[in-house]
Amino acid sequence: MVDHASSRADDAPVLRLEGVRRSFGIGTDVEIEILHGIDLVIQRGEFCALIGPSGSGKSTLLNIIGLLDRATAGKVFITGEDTDLLGDAELTRLRSRSIGFVFQNALLIPAFTALENVMMPQLVDKGWPDAAMRENASRLLGRVGLEQRKDNLANAMSGGQQQRVAIARALAMNPALVLADEPTGNLDTKSAEAVLKLMREVNLANGTTFLIVTHNMELAEQTDRIIEVVDGMVVSGTTRPTNASRNKLT
Amino acid sequence: MNPFLPFEWIAAVRFLMEGRAQTALTIFGAAVGVAVVVFMSALLVAVQANIFTRILSAQAHVVISAPKDEARALINTKTFAEIATIQAPAQKLRSIDQWQKIRVVLAAIPDVVVVSPAASGAAFAVRGDASKAITLNGIEPDVYYKIVNLPTMITAGTAALAAGDVLIGNQLAINLGVSLSDKIHIRSATGTDEIYTITGVFDLGNRGANERSVYVPLRAAQSLLGLQGGASSLDINIVDPLAAETMAVRISAETGLQADSWIKTFDQLFTSLKTQSISFGAIQFFVGLAVALGIASVLVVSVVQRSKEIGILRAMGASRGQILRIFLLQGAIVGLLGSIVGSAMGTGFVMLWRIFARNADGTPFFVITLAPSLFVTAAIVATLTGVLASLMPAVSASRLNPVDAIRG
Ligand SMILES: Nc1ncnc2c1ncn2[C@@H]1O[C@H](COP(=O)(O)OP(=O)(O)OP(=O)(O)O)[C@@H](O)[C@H]1O
Ligand SMILES: [Mg+2]
Repeated sequence: MVDHASSRADDAPVLRLEGVRRSFGIGTDVEIEILHGIDLVIQRGEFCALIGPSGSGKSTLLNIIGLLDRATAGKVFITGEDTDLLGDAELTRLRSRSIGFVFQNALLIPAFTALENVMMPQLVDKGWPDAAMRENASRLLGRVGLEQRKDNLANAMSGGQQQRVAIARALAMNPALVLADEPTGNLDTKSAEAVLKLMREVNLANGTTFLIVTHNMELAEQTDRIIEVVDGMVVSGTTRPTNASRNKLT
Repeated sequence: MNPFLPFEWIAAVRFLMEGRAQTALTIFGAAVGVAVVVFMSALLVAVQANIFTRILSAQAHVVISAPKDEARALINTKTFAEIATIQAPAQKLRSIDQWQKIRVVLAAIPDVVVVSPAASGAAFAVRGDASKAITLNGIEPDVYYKIVNLPTMITAGTAALAAGDVLIGNQLAINLGVSLSDKIHIRSATGTDEIYTITGVFDLGNRGANERSVYVPLRAAQSLLGLQGGASSLDINIVDPLAAETMAVRISAETGLQADSWIKTFDQLFTSLKTQSISFGAIQFFVGLAVALGIASVLVVSVVQRSKEIGILRAMGASRGQILRIFLLQGAIVGLLGSIVGSAMGTGFVMLWRIFARNADGTPFFVITLAPSLFVTAAIVATLTGVLASLMPAVSASRLNPVDAIRG
């Protein structure tokens, strides 16, 4: 049982989406569908950009992949595991062990220091702080070049620094997949370049898979694969939707 | 980060410390509530204890009286001021049948502390032209003083009561124009007349009693009142004064005599004390409610303020239970700290009371003590109140949709 599961997890792609749809209820009885059946497979170690016009559903998709939100229809497999079958507690667990998040506005917790923010995923997982956690967080901060700032409170740092802390935090549990929603959106060009370079280094060194939402085509060009979403459909960079399904929706 | 605390504690403490002013105000609000309750509890306990002490310093727990038709009405219960007043009988006094035997039986009951026989009746104190109606009490000083601590109420002379001695109230002494060592006549309704020497003057603390009460040895009263060898009542004190009613019922059943407890005698007083306790309970409840609402409203705001952080924590893998506990703990911590600060404030109030609430002569109205159990109870109740108050905000925090929280 355990062998089977682990071998499945090893062979399986980090992410597989099958016909993912997402509708939102807006007002009484009115629903709009934002994602119209997304199929997507991302393999271990891929370094991908997710692009598309504003309002096309990139964040919505990322939240579903990150198990923060559920699809209205379709299936989401994370490291081979069918997330449909999981309850809230198990989803939380899978999210904590397999997925790291980087948000547009770093979203560190201001009451904690940089180091403590990086420790947070492990602390939440284990329930008690310990020395190994601290060491790990310290090492990760070193890696993003912020070892000297580790005792700074989160909001006493610049946007670029906060985003580097957020990347370190996303790596704390050594997740298979890191999801970044416009991580460079609020940064100047130089900082944005540095942040992307950092993620690439981690990708190469650890084989961590990255899916990065960006509006910046120059940055997107530096990734291995560009996935484009337009009007809730993946239009390039993946197994394209069949003509039939596309016709049905247009 | 303190390695000895779990994640929820660390987060709860950090959140509270971050919202410093808010937290301080909430704790202060809880503290004021706790202080009021602590102070009022101490005051109430002291007031009630003081009332009991005063009553019981002049009143036996249970009184057995001779058969009713001919007996005196032992005590007028209308007011506290008449406690020590003993009404005059309309008819010839009668003794309790075989009271010595009954006394032995009663003394054998483990809860009974003291049994004191008395021969009491109406008489006159005469000095020259002055003649005053009195209540003559014949007592055995050794046992009687264990019930009514007369020696501490003596203002002149001594309470030692030998044959030929009489103790009178200070008001009677004024009315008769007599003082220590003077002689007075005591004349009973049956016409017997004896001369006694005043060896003590007392102050029972109320004018009526000081005007009428007169004490002589039991034997002297027996002969004056025509009760040779008899006793018109038996005064009984027991271990727990509050169990007096049960004891009275039991004695009544065992002896077939009329036995009245002080609780029944002071029925109205007990009712009003109970009312006092109930209204205090209501005050406590509403103070607790106000404190709870204060804590809850601050936490509701805090959940809204922190929704983004809650969303991040959820994205980092925090479970709903963990988020729930972070906010419940904040409520508990505020309640606990509030109770500590409040207990200190309440103690301060009590000390101020001790300094300022004094009679003209500088003696305190009565003694307020602060039982340690009061603080323990305050801490437990305040902490639970904090937890209850935080329940609603904590549940809403744990139910926050992380996507909305992060977007918002
Ligand atoms: N909870 C929601 N309720 C209703 N509509 C929603 C909700 N979340 C997203 N939407 C709608 O879904 C659409 C896609 O939103 P989404 O945030 O995924 O776009 P995006 O591609 O990330 O855009 P941007 O590049 O501006 O971030 C938008 O029209 C948005 O209004
Ligand atoms: Mg977006």
